[in-house]
Amino acid sequence: MFDTRKLEKNLKRRKLVGKVSLLVCVASTLFGIVLLGVLLIDIVRDGYAYLDSQFLTSFPSRFPARAGIKSALWGSTWLIGCTALFSIPVGVGASIYLEEFAARNWFTRFIQLNIANLAAVPSIVYGMLGLVIFVRWLNLERSVISGALTMSLLILPTIIIASQEALKAIPDSIRFAALALGSSRWQMVRDHILPSAFPGMMTGVILAMSRAIGETAPLIMIGALTYVAFVPERLSDPFTALPIQIFNWASRPQHEFHNIAAAGIIVLLLLLLTMNAVAILSRNHFEREQH
Amino acid sequence: MPGENHPILETKDLNIAYGTLEAVRHINLSIPEKSITAIIGPSGCGKSTLLRAFNRMNEFIASVRTTGMVRFREQNIYETSVDVVSLRRAIGMVFQKPNPFPKTIFKNVAWGPRINGYPGSLQQRVEEALKKAALWDEVSDKLDQDGLSLSGGQQQRLCIARTIAMEPEVILMDEPCSALDPISTRRIEDLLFELKQRYTIVIVTHNMQQAARVSDHTAFMYQGELIEYGPTELIFTRPKVKQTEDYVTGKFG
Repeated sequence: MFDTRKLEKNLKRRKLVGKVSLLVCVASTLFGIVLLGVLLIDIVRDGYAYLDSQFLTSFPSRFPARAGIKSALWGSTWLIGCTALFSIPVGVGASIYLEEFAARNWFTRFIQLNIANLAAVPSIVYGMLGLVIFVRWLNLERSVISGALTMSLLILPTIIIASQEALKAIPDSIRFAALALGSSRWQMVRDHILPSAFPGMMTGVILAMSRAIGETAPLIMIGALTYVAFVPERLSDPFTALPIQIFNWASRPQHEFHNIAAAGIIVLLLLLLTMNAVAILSRNHFEREQH
Repeated sequence: MPGENHPILETKDLNIAYGTLEAVRHINLSIPEKSITAIIGPSGCGKSTLLRAFNRMNEFIASVRTTGMVRFREQNIYETSVDVVSLRRAIGMVFQKPNPFPKTIFKNVAWGPRINGYPGSLQQRVEEALKKAALWDEVSDKLDQDGLSLSGGQQQRLCIARTIAMEPEVILMDEPCSALDPISTRRIEDLLFELKQRYTIVIVTHNMQQAARVSDHTAFMYQGELIEYGPTELIFTRPKVKQTEDYVTGKFG
């Protein structure tokens, strides 16, 4: 039998341990949020004064008062749009093949292992790869398309892995139900698996895109320019991107440029938030529509 | 052996192994048309594996190896020339746990006919199938509701309706009532009597009373082997083999 008195004492201790653990977890959550808040406040304080329509519609200048972010904003928009266009179909396609069609053998395991490893490769390495393949071999120059293809390579592993996880989360009972009705595998995937996995896939894509929009190293590697006084008009045009422009301003000696960099960061964050919001809203919309 | 009807499904020395585990061994069984055949036996005796062999659903299990023959209307279904998609259209399956698609009741039933290019009115087809599955009266005014919003028993009848909508020749049922309450179970059993006028039904069940109530023929399996097979009455009242008797009288299992 249990000794009631001991049990009582023990219970108090267990409750205390529970409370402390909870506290630690809450503190960990707060730590991140508070830090982010401080960062945001600091940046907004520095950059707010420079954030006006003139800033958004002007090209960079060596005079702080006339400097703007137009070319970087457009560059980033082009870059992210093209990256999405290349990487989403390829990434989702690869994940569907690996999860729903490919046989489980040494070859697919080998591919799987490689994808997992590629997701952990530093982005600068992708920059070198992009420089060699797209800029040099394919002669695409230091253009939007080179940048977008390089970014696509960078985020493909993330998209594939996240999409695979979304597909894995669909129970096999749905697959069996569809196949037992005399459907082909593709009909099963198209009508039942993809609609159910879509929200999960979107989450992965959103994360990957957020990463792409903030990446700087591979773009510098392939030679995106740091001073661009025009908006790209076709895929073969040279370009700059928000993080590069921000880095450029932040590394200048004049103090005004540091505030302009802060304004640039606000624009980058707003773009990121808008992108994510649109993606999440359309995902939620789709989740409701599905049935 | 059951001979009043022509056999629609037949196995000849059927063996199924998962890796080194021989789940089903040397099964010779012929299943007559338009009747209910029950497969009974304790857990792990290979009855579900045998059932899945009839529409080649074992193929989704890695490392499964099937040897011997399963004939559907005289055709060996394991021959490479057999198209497994059309095979499954002719031999439908209802699973242990109700598994409606996360879509409307209408779409659940209409999907099969639609992807198989059914030329007629889907509306009509869905109504017919739901009527045959004894579900129409309960759902006729809410066809656009999610199939998952139904009760467990209704969900299972929806799955049966979905299968019927394909007009299969055989319906395989893998313990279709094991997740249901007694009243839902009763409704499904009543439904089975209706369905056997048109379809051949093979049902795997844990529940011996259920086998005794609904089936015309019963196969008793034990440790991967077919111990005894015959008219249900005989299996339950005058079994020839001692193991069968022990099982149906509840001495083990």
